[in-house]
Amino acid sequence: MSKEIEVRVEELEKKITQLQSQRKDQLSMVVFSGDLDKMLASLVIAVGAAAMDTEVKMFFTFWGISALRDKNKKVKGKDMKSKMFGAMLPHGISQLKLSKMNMEGLGKDMIKGIMKQKNIASPEEMLATAAELGIHIDICEMSMDLMGFKKEEMIDYPNLGYCGVATFLADAGESSIQLFI
Amino acid sequence: MTAEELVQVKVDKSVDARGTSCPGPLLAAKKAIGQIEKGQIMEVLSADEGTRRDIPKWCTKKGFEYLGTIEDSGYYKIILRK
Repeated sequence: MSKEIEVRVEELEKKITQLQSQRKDQLSMVVFSGDLDKMLASLVIAVGAAAMDTEVKMFFTFWGISALRDKNKKVKGKDMKSKMFGAMLPHGISQLKLSKMNMEGLGKDMIKGIMKQKNIASPEEMLATAAELGIHIDICEMSMDLMGFKKEEMIDYPNLGYCGVATFLADAGESSIQLFI
Repeated sequence: MTAEELVQVKVDKSVDARGTSCPGPLLAAKKAIGQIEKGQIMEVLSADEGTRRDIPKWCTKKGFEYLGTIEDSGYYKIILRK
């Protein structure tokens, strides 16, 4: 082997080691949307990835956070605007609307009916599966504050945390897959 | 492996995931694979078209050997070796 090739191989090997150490078998996902259809897509991808033994970190922000509210939990001490936001936004994953063809809830009910008929897991079931598989959910603190949501009104989920954008960026930086939904 | 050989394969574990859709069968396969030893054979029964393409990908990732798929009436038997 000529000297030149040897040097090149060495360089490539170094680069590969670098690349391997940077990226983990991990999926980082921003769940921005609070639409039922997009939430379903997020959960199917997350659960599918976890089934393939990929570490999954979901970062819920903005409208997506509504999906994690527990409709049975009532919070006191909110100001006027927070109360308004709270009343107008969905109380949990079962109240999300379709982004298209929602038709005052008619389209949503139809889709849910078809899903049941075709044995597709409901969003509620998928969230429970996500918990079972150890999928991490982080909620954006700033969005929570903006919408006037409180930690006390969020669902009981085993791997639930609260964080800022830097946590997401750090996680995403070491993930081999990053998605924004 | 030919189709005839595949039918003859002795299966150690059978996972019936016909009642679920994507990603249900994959999840069922993941749960069941822990119950067999390396070298043993598992079949996944699925009515979901996507699963028959997903399981081979999963096998590649996990280092299992995908042996093949048998089409039955209305569902697939996806066979692999751990």
